[in-house]
Amino acid sequence: MIPLLQVQDLTVRFDVLDGLVHAVNGISYTLNEGETLGIVGESGCGKSVSVLSMMRLIPQPPGKIVAGQVFYRGRDLLDLDDAEMQHVRGKEIAMVFQDPMTCLNPVLTIGRQISEAIVVHTGATWEQGRRQTVRLLEMVGIPQAADRLGDYPHQFSGGMRQRAMIAMALACSPSIFIADEPTTALDVTIQAQVIELVKSLRDRLGMAVIWITHDLGVIAGLAEKVIVMYAGFIVERGSVDDIYGDPRHPYTLALLKSLPRVDRSSHEPLATIGGMPPDLLGLPAGCPFAVRCDYRVEQCLQENPRLRPILASHEIACWVDVAGRHGPVTGRAI
Amino acid sequence: MEPAEAIPRVSLPVVEEVEPPPLTFRQLFWRRFRRHKLALFAAGVLLFMLLYAVGGTLVFSEAEANYTDTTLRLQGPSREHPFGTDTVGRDILARTVYGGQISLLIGLSAMLVEVLLGIVIGALAGFYGGIVDSLLMRFTEAMLNIPQLFLLIVMAKFFGGRIPNIVLAGRTFSGSVIVIVLIIGVTSWMYLARIVRAEFLSIKENEYILAARATGTRNLGIIVQHILPNCMAPIVVSATLSVASAITLEAYISFLGMGVQAPTATWGNMLDGAYNYVETAPWLWIFPGLLIVLTVLSINFVGDGLRDALDPRSLAK
Amino acid sequence: MNDNHVPVDTDIPVGNHVPVDNHVSVDTHVPEDNHILVQVEDLKKHFPITRGIIVQRQIGAVKAVDGVTFDIYQGETLGLVGESGCGKTTTGRTIIQLYRPTSGRVVFDGVDLTTLAGEGLRHMRRRMQMIFQDPFASLNPRMTINRIISEPLRAHKLASPQEQIERVQELLHLVQLNPRFVNRYPHEFSGGQRQRIGIARALASNPQLVICDEPIAALDVSIQAQVVNLLDELQDRLGLTYLFIAHDLSMVRHLCDRVAVMYLGKIVELAHKDELYDHPAHPYTQALLSAVPVPDPTVERRRRRIILEGDVPSPVNPPAGCRFRTRCPIGASCPDKDPHWRDLGGGHWVICHQA
Repeated sequence: MIPLLQVQDLTVRFDVLDGLVHAVNGISYTLNEGETLGIVGESGCGKSVSVLSMMRLIPQPPGKIVAGQVFYRGRDLLDLDDAEMQHVRGKEIAMVFQDPMTCLNPVLTIGRQISEAIVVHTGATWEQGRRQTVRLLEMVGIPQAADRLGDYPHQFSGGMRQRAMIAMALACSPSIFIADEPTTALDVTIQAQVIELVKSLRDRLGMAVIWITHDLGVIAGLAEKVIVMYAGFIVERGSVDDIYGDPRHPYTLALLKSLPRVDRSSHEPLATIGGMPPDLLGLPAGCPFAVRCDYRVEQCLQENPRLRPILASHEIACWVDVAGRHGPVTGRAI
Repeated sequence: MEPAEAIPRVSLPVVEEVEPPPLTFRQLFWRRFRRHKLALFAAGVLLFMLLYAVGGTLVFSEAEANYTDTTLRLQGPSREHPFGTDTVGRDILARTVYGGQISLLIGLSAMLVEVLLGIVIGALAGFYGGIVDSLLMRFTEAMLNIPQLFLLIVMAKFFGGRIPNIVLAGRTFSGSVIVIVLIIGVTSWMYLARIVRAEFLSIKENEYILAARATGTRNLGIIVQHILPNCMAPIVVSATLSVASAITLEAYISFLGMGVQAPTATWGNMLDGAYNYVETAPWLWIFPGLLIVLTVLSINFVGDGLRDALDPRSLAK
Repeated sequence: MNDNHVPVDTDIPVGNHVPVDNHVSVDTHVPEDNHILVQVEDLKKHFPITRGIIVQRQIGAVKAVDGVTFDIYQGETLGLVGESGCGKTTTGRTIIQLYRPTSGRVVFDGVDLTTLAGEGLRHMRRRMQMIFQDPFASLNPRMTINRIISEPLRAHKLASPQEQIERVQELLHLVQLNPRFVNRYPHEFSGGQRQRIGIARALASNPQLVICDEPIAALDVSIQAQVVNLLDELQDRLGLTYLFIAHDLSMVRHLCDRVAVMYLGKIVELAHKDELYDHPAHPYTQALLSAVPVPDPTVERRRRRIILEGDVPSPVNPPAGCRFRTRCPIGASCPDKDPHWRDLGGGHWVICHQA
């Protein structure tokens, strides 16, 4: 069975005034039908850039996809011309962002925008598009959907705009639904609504989902597979239980230990990660995390480890496997 | 001064490192300014003008500039008199040197008056808002509605002969210089006041102003330490351009005969003297005119360059 | 056992761990005889909505804070949580009189701040400071951090210029920033570092009360932990009292002693932290807590979330009676009038008809 999406050695650089930013450095992963993949990392780790490059949404100067392939159902997306890519975007692979106003045109009504996506991609008539739009809006939980077709984005609240954006993304029943920090700016109860919505839609429509965030809590409740990124590299990859229950890369471990939990009382200071975030202008020869790592050895500073499997589906990019070298991790349920 | 209370002395291991700054404000400014070739060239021209007006005194004394010899009147450019002579035989080159000093002096001084008035009124209106703002802005608008040239002429006529000559650094200046400076300043501040007010209104909303209030800084402190430094860019640009307009205004007024009076020369009143000889002795107006145009244009180009170089969007992150 | 660990005295700094301080007291119970530092009584802050060109008429008001009452004990960290529009930031700013209250009292160490103005109020500011959310906007981009941090000293004439320099050095040490960079500008620092500068500024005048207005919301996850540890440490060393305003409930549980939950301008529940998190009484608190993601897939799989319907109503026209009635899962049977405070014992208070 061909995987739905196969990313191989994707490498993206940005040419800026101060030099060359190594935003994404040879990442590879696969996504199967109906799977939910979570990509986690802090700001600057390359998670958004990798996905935007895949969708060919990065402006090509100053950005540049230096190497790699992205196979969607066997076709390399990076090889397609603009027209073909436009067809893929929206119809096969849909994307939503943190700020709905990046997708929603403030001077067009919501109804018009969603219907347009349907009409353009599926060749339906405007009337059919309208009906489908109402159905979509109802599906995403917007009350009195038929009446709200004529509303403009600013008349919707933040949570509803997010839902409208999701409705627009789902308009053409895509195979892959990509969400780039869609709930980061939302209140926690609204975030819960949106996540429940995505989960139920995912189950109902059988879409594959890629969810990008820095929020480890959200991923724990949503994803089946998880990729942890740092400085444009994948540092750990595995099932969600692997990553949270048995983190093997020092960065993943440190991230999990630095999180406070709402379901536990704590009596110690939070564990912190020393040092500063990596400078993507000049990556060191060795592992990019080595400078901040508690477990580093001589080799870490000299050679950048590649991803290697340690268990069946659990891989880390590290010379030192921290299994068993640390105390209980917050990720493991007690 | 209140004694500081016992401040607990504590220290923890110092851990944070900061990377060296990519560029300071000044370096960033120069980098952007240098890209404006025209502005750089114009700045060079202005420098030359300054040298001309100031350094020229080393070549010509004031007496030479005022030395009249009617036998030499209205001579065209020659080797002894490279710019020719005027209606009473004075060397025009020498007069442009001293005239330049006065014109530039008037330009700079009027700019100072204007900037002072503009900042004070704009700042008070923008900072306090409410009724203070309403009153000050209505006043500003009233002043704006009066045609500037008209006001200038009226005030020039009124104060014309009333201010005595002043002696400064061994040189005599006609009292009319002060009058002109004040009049130009008092009739030009409105534009800057509006700009400053707009800047204050917008900067006032920034969170660091709230932080300054929370700290307990007085209003005056907030205005002077926080808001003003952040709106220097439009003030600098406006001030630069106002020097140009002051020089131009002085030329207008003096050309109408109501500006700086004899014996003090300015480029403007040299033009006045050329009125009757426009075609017959063009060197009377070409040289001072050229100097005015050159100076004003250069100031404008430098102002443009400054405006781009100081664009806050490119400096602050 | 693989023991190629690089010895610690290499010239690359290992990291800046705050030493695990075993005597950090996380005392959740405030002793009976503890001094009350701040008393907030029925505090209201309404922002008028006006219309008109020449003459402005008030046609309504945004009732951002609509009658809030609580005490802050000396030395404690009181958390104030809620979602956007609940009024928590406005409450913090109104307490220290950055906004003047529409009505109500704030008694700070025996002095009613609402009756002060001008110099008197300015003088009090020495003792109550604020840390702001946005590390980029809360520092003047044109001032060196030396001047930023020493501003409270100048404003209240607390130190001579020489003493100011020393004090700034000390404060930079306190917040773990290298004092070498004292003449740099804010834009040269990262978000986390700027936040530390903000903390240093807030501490310069030796305040008793520090209002932390979402101080970590704009920071990266790994930096948040550093700043929170710093705040914790500073509280112990300097005997500070914090009002910690936040929407991140996980962090609030870690840092605070007692927690107050706000909704639409009112406090709906107030309790010691473990009591609140383990036994929330108000339906909104329950929904809020159930919505917070936990970084543990086994817990997440087991969870049953209380999903609220609809969006937060606008503070311009709040529902009559209990504000939460329109979205409350059990609110259908509640009467139309305002609910009262109920004491559930042990310092646990809730405003609800049904708790």
